[in-house]
Amino acid sequence: MTAALRFDPIRLPEKCEQLRKEVRAFLAEEIAAGTFDPHAPNREDNDAPEFSRRVGAKGWLGMTWPKKYGGQERSFLERYVVTEEMRVANAPTRRFFVADRQSGPVLLKYAPEHIKMDILPRICRGEICFAIGMSEPNSGSDLFAAKTRATKTDGGYLINGTKIWTSSAHIADYMIAIFRTSPPTKENRRHGLTQFLVKMKQPGIQVNPIGQITGQFEFNEVVFTDYFVPDDHVLGEIDGAWKQATSELAYERSGPERFLETYYVLTELVRAVGKNPDTRSAEGIGRLVAQVHTMRRMSVSVAGMLQAGKEPVVEASIVKDIGTVWEQQLPHRVRDLAAFVEETATNRETLEKQLDFAIKTAPKLTIQGGTTEVLRGIIARGLGLR
Amino acid sequence: MAESENIVAETAEKIFADLADAQTINHDRQGAWKAPLWQALTEAGLPLSWVPDDLGGSGASLAEGFAVLNVAGRHAIAVPLAETMLAGWLLTQAKIASPEGEMTVMPAAPKDRITLAADGSLSGRARGVPFAKEAKHFAVLADGKDGVMIALVDAAKCRIASGIGLGGDHSDTVTLDKVQPVTIKPVPNGFDQTTLMLMGGVVRSLQIAGSLESMLDISVRYSNERVAFEKKISKFQAVQHNLARLAGESAAALAAATSAADTIVNAKSLDTDAVFLEAASAKIRCSEAAEKGGGIAHQVHGAIGFTIEHILHRYSLRALAWRDDFGSESYWAVELGKLVADRGADELWPLVASR
Repeated sequence: MTAALRFDPIRLPEKCEQLRKEVRAFLAEEIAAGTFDPHAPNREDNDAPEFSRRVGAKGWLGMTWPKKYGGQERSFLERYVVTEEMRVANAPTRRFFVADRQSGPVLLKYAPEHIKMDILPRICRGEICFAIGMSEPNSGSDLFAAKTRATKTDGGYLINGTKIWTSSAHIADYMIAIFRTSPPTKENRRHGLTQFLVKMKQPGIQVNPIGQITGQFEFNEVVFTDYFVPDDHVLGEIDGAWKQATSELAYERSGPERFLETYYVLTELVRAVGKNPDTRSAEGIGRLVAQVHTMRRMSVSVAGMLQAGKEPVVEASIVKDIGTVWEQQLPHRVRDLAAFVEETATNRETLEKQLDFAIKTAPKLTIQGGTTEVLRGIIARGLGLR
Repeated sequence: MAESENIVAETAEKIFADLADAQTINHDRQGAWKAPLWQALTEAGLPLSWVPDDLGGSGASLAEGFAVLNVAGRHAIAVPLAETMLAGWLLTQAKIASPEGEMTVMPAAPKDRITLAADGSLSGRARGVPFAKEAKHFAVLADGKDGVMIALVDAAKCRIASGIGLGGDHSDTVTLDKVQPVTIKPVPNGFDQTTLMLMGGVVRSLQIAGSLESMLDISVRYSNERVAFEKKISKFQAVQHNLARLAGESAAALAAATSAADTIVNAKSLDTDAVFLEAASAKIRCSEAAEKGGGIAHQVHGAIGFTIEHILHRYSLRALAWRDDFGSESYWAVELGKLVADRGADELWPLVASR
C-alpha cells in the first residue's frame, strides 16, 4: 500500500468512565453555582480565573505530566475525557487550555529544570495562562517566514517585531514564541528561528486587542520593543525551532476541540425537534450524529496512538482537516433543519441565538492552528506526493 | 489487529493476490477466474469462517472474519464470499448446519418480508439479494406466527428474477411461493430483522472501507506516473488536495467500519443503542465516503478511469453498489435520527461518549 493509514478501534479504558462521572458532577456543580451557562457559548465571561483554579485543584491540568512538576502521571486517554466533557459542556477553558495542551508539553521537553519547577506546577494549579506567538503580520501559514528578531545581547536577547492573531495574549502570563536568531540558509529556509519563553505583562511588550466578527476580542497584536529575554528562556536548539514540533502538533490537531467546537447546536436541534421527528429531521439528525460519532472514534484512535508513543502526524492532520470542515458546516446543516422546527418549540430562541453565534464562529475553524490548505499539504506529503 | 486476525486475513490476502488480480479479472470476459478463486477460498475454509466446526464451518472468530472482509473489499471481490459468510453466521444463530457451496441471505432490505405459513412453507419477495443467482442455498429470516425464524432454503425452489447491480454483480429479486425450507428453527431472544440488517451493514461498511483504501492507493500511484503540463500531476496542488480529501474519506470509512465491527465482536447483545449507533453510523459514513472518495478517485484518473479497460470501476462502482445493501444510508440515518430523538437531547452526548 502507498498509504497505510491506521485508525484502530481504541476504546477508553474503564478507569476513564469513573473520571468522566467526576468531571460531569463537577461541571454540574459549577453550572448550578452560576459559573457558566452551558447553553451560551458566546458568553463574555470565558476568562474565568477562579474556575481555572478549581479545575487545577481537581488535578485535571497537566494530568499526564510527572508528579514532581505538579502533574498526575495519568494517561492521555484520561486527559481526553476531561477535555471532551469540558468542551461539550461549553465550560470556560480559555485561561488554561493552551497551557495544558501545548505550552506545558513544550516546556517539559525543552525548558531548563529550574524553569520547569517554577512554571509547570503553576499551570497545574490553574494559576497561569499561556499564549502562542507564531503568526506575524506578513507570515501566517508560512511560519518560517517570521521576521521578529531576537538579537544577542549580554545574558540574553533583545526582541523587536510584531506577533499577530495571538489568542489570549491580553490575559496571558507567558507566551511561547518563535523569533528569528539567524537568517535562513540557501539550503534550508526553515533555519534560523528559535523558540523562546516570554514573560508577558512586562515593559517592552504592548498588547493590542483585535475585534472579531463574532463581537469578541480573543486575539491580539503583540508588539515587542527592545524586550529582554534571558538566556535560560531559550527553549531547545538555537536556530532549530523547525525540528521541534512533531508530536506536540499531533496533540494539537487531533483533540476533541477539532470537531466539537459547534457541537452545541446539534444538541439544541434535537431538543427543538422533540421525540417524534418528521422524516427530514430524523434523516438530517441521523447523518450528523453518524458524522460526530465517526470523528470521535478517529480522534480517540489518534489519542491511543499517541499514548502508545507513536507519532501519527498524517492521521492527526486528517482528523483536523475533516473535523474542522465538519464543525464549520454543522451550524449550516442545523440551520437547514431548524427551518422546519415548530414555532412552539420552547428552546427556539436559544437555538436561534446559538446558530447566530456558531455561524459567525464557523469561518475561523478551518484557519486557526493550521489552515485546511496547510493540513492537506501535510497529508499529501504523507501520501508521497511531495 | 490481533495476531490470529492477521493470519486469517493474510491467508485471504494471498489467495486474492494469486487468483483475483483486478487486471486479470477485468480482461477475462469468460469468467475463467471464478471457479479457481472460489475453490481456493473454500479449501481455506473462508466462506464458512463464522460457522463453528460442529455446524460444518471452520470456526474462525468474528474478528477474524471481519478482517477478511476488509481485505475482500480492498480487492473488490466479485464472488459471494461476504454473502456466504453472512449466511453461515445467520444459520449459526439458530444452530442450523451450513451446507457447502455459495450462499446468500435474505431479506437484504429492511422493508422486505418473508413470512412463515401454518403449513411450514415460506412466502414473500426479497429485492436486491446479492449473488442470489449464483447461490445454491439461501439463509432466510422469516416472520412466523410465533416469532422470527431462521431457515435454510434450497435456491432451486425459489423464483429468481436476475438483476445486475451498479457494481456489475448479481443483485436479484427472489420470490418464495410456499417454499418448504430444508431446515427451520426459531431465533434466539432479541434477534430480529434489524439485527440482520445491522450485521449486513457492517459487512458492507468494511468492504466499502477496503475498496476506498485501494482507490486511494491506485489514485496516488497513477498521479505519480501521469505527466501533464510537463510534470507529474501529483505535483499540482489541486491534485494533492483532492487526494488528501480522498485519504480523509478513506480514513473515516475505515475508522467507522472497524469501530462498528469491533463493537459487534465485543457485544454481549446486539440489541443495544450502542450497537445501533456504531453499525448505523458505519453504514452512513462509509456510504457517504463511497460517493465522495470514489468521485475524487475518478477525477484524479481523468478519462482513462472511465474506461472499461481500467480497473478503477471495479472498486468505485462496487463501493457505490454496496451502499444499497442491507439498508441505504438514508434509511439508517432516519432510523438513527429517530433513536436519538427518542432518547432526548441530553442523552445524545452520553451515547456518543460511551463509545
